[in-house]
Amino acid sequence: MAQSFSKRFKKDMRLNWSAYLLVLPVLLYYAIFCYKPMYGIIISFKDFSLRKGIVGSEWVGLVYYKDFFSSYYFLRLLKNTVVISAASIAVGFPIPIIFALLLNEVRSRAYKRTVQTVSYMPHFISIVVICALIRLFTANHSLLTTFFSYFGYDDRYDMLNYKEYFVPIYVLSNVWQNTGWNCIIYLSALAGIDMELYEAARIDGANRWKQTLHVTLPGIANTVILLFVLRLGSIMSVGFEKIILLYNEGVYETADVISSYTYRRGLVKGDYAYSAAIGLFNSVINVIFVLTANRASNRLAGVGLF
Amino acid sequence: MKKKSTLKQEGRGYEVFQVFNNLFFALVLFITAYPIYYVLIASFSSPSGLAVNYGFIWLPIKPFTLEAYRRVITYRPVILGFKNTFIILVAGLALNMVMTSIGAYFLSLKNVMFSRVIGMLILFTMYFGGGLIPSYLNVRSLGMLNTYWALIIPGALSTYNMLILRSAFAGVPASLVEAATIDGAKHFTILRRVMLPLTGSTLAVLVLYYGVGHWNAWFSASIYLQDTTKYPLALVLRNILIKSQDAEMRQGDAGNEQGFTDLIKYALIVVSTFPILCLYPFLQRFFVKGVMIGALKG
Repeated sequence: MAQSFSKRFKKDMRLNWSAYLLVLPVLLYYAIFCYKPMYGIIISFKDFSLRKGIVGSEWVGLVYYKDFFSSYYFLRLLKNTVVISAASIAVGFPIPIIFALLLNEVRSRAYKRTVQTVSYMPHFISIVVICALIRLFTANHSLLTTFFSYFGYDDRYDMLNYKEYFVPIYVLSNVWQNTGWNCIIYLSALAGIDMELYEAARIDGANRWKQTLHVTLPGIANTVILLFVLRLGSIMSVGFEKIILLYNEGVYETADVISSYTYRRGLVKGDYAYSAAIGLFNSVINVIFVLTANRASNRLAGVGLF
Repeated sequence: MKKKSTLKQEGRGYEVFQVFNNLFFALVLFITAYPIYYVLIASFSSPSGLAVNYGFIWLPIKPFTLEAYRRVITYRPVILGFKNTFIILVAGLALNMVMTSIGAYFLSLKNVMFSRVIGMLILFTMYFGGGLIPSYLNVRSLGMLNTYWALIIPGALSTYNMLILRSAFAGVPASLVEAATIDGAKHFTILRRVMLPLTGSTLAVLVLYYGVGHWNAWFSASIYLQDTTKYPLALVLRNILIKSQDAEMRQGDAGNEQGFTDLIKYALIVVSTFPILCLYPFLQRFFVKGVMIGALKG
């Protein structure tokens, strides 16, 4: 066995050495920028200081983990992360599906195309500009606060200073930015449904609504299930960029999530080891969720990520 | 086509639905487009006029002024931001495309001994990584702090994009590769002469994806750079739009006018974002194609 391996190895090297040479920069990239930081996680078990370095710092065991799990922030961060994710899924997931179903019924091709082009547009606005727009429009005496003042909001105050408005603002602005874009995938699933199924349903006397119920929805069910399960898999990973561009100290209670706290604690305050511990905790949870989601989607939809 | 033939059979209920559906999308169009339109008209409205008429406006408020634009496009950090973003974009894109191509090519090879193992090691990094702090310390220990390299090299490659390109390579007919091999072509020649010319539209998608990524990237610049003259545009935008570091731009009488701060922000958003929004309808089909490839792969 060993001999045949070394034989195969020699043959492979003789034939494909140029392929390995070609891919070398990519391998180095993954080694240096993906695997080396994974090794760097060990600082979360050390009393890390920049001066002593990763190897030179002393081991302290699980001190930071114990600290974090027993800290006042732990439950709050967990709660905020789940709430923001769950609200994003509850609102942001069904809307593109409904949007695609309705858009599919629009008869005028020109109108349909206009709606698509315009609704994709916000997707291309950078997150910094999106957050700037949110701040401008929810500030006191501005566009949205004026609009909400018709419904009883006191427009002398910034909406982002209320902790109860942070999640709705976060979620609804995502809906504004991404609904058009997210429905592309459903529109193509809809376009893939066999026309003869509609024909057959009509012959059986199904009206438009019945056709939607018995042909259209089953036709996109697999896409919906797959995307839903995968979305659930990322429930514990709320990115920090939008959060840290929108929040302020007054609303940490509802706005601060695991990733934004990792950023603040690590890079703003410089508690590298503590922050790396939180990061590892979050990564591990994410992996568990993704693996579970993948299994579920393999079972339910017959397809998964791997 | 399908719909026309069925119009008559659907009945009144469906006709009423059609009217409401069209109205609904008119509302969608308004909600999507109005904020963008508002930014445009606000950017050259009278600042004090804007400060008083803070609700819905339909036309710019007179007297029009281009003062905010003048200050934005002559503001040094903004000019430097455009320059820095351009440098990072060009260098970054070149590196991205080279790395993605060679990685995707290697992963598409079938008769190479270690391509499966390497593929799995690469796939693993999509789901697990060192995280923010170890990555930051890594860049720091490589001595890249405060250099453009910190914004280019750690993002040299996106595994997701590489997998998209790998499936495009896998779609190239094996007979073409064989023919080239018989002609004595080595891996590098096959990649350059066979694979890349045949996957042009996928490459275009990836150029767009990477390009947008570089254009919008502000976070790594904010943690890796100290020298403000190296800031890319996106970080300059963050500082002015989010942190309101605009004191220098508000000097003089016009700058002190009520509402001028907002005016500067609107003008800056127009200058930084509208070129992309105007370009985008022409590139739309590439982006949409990208979504489809990604989805098929998944």
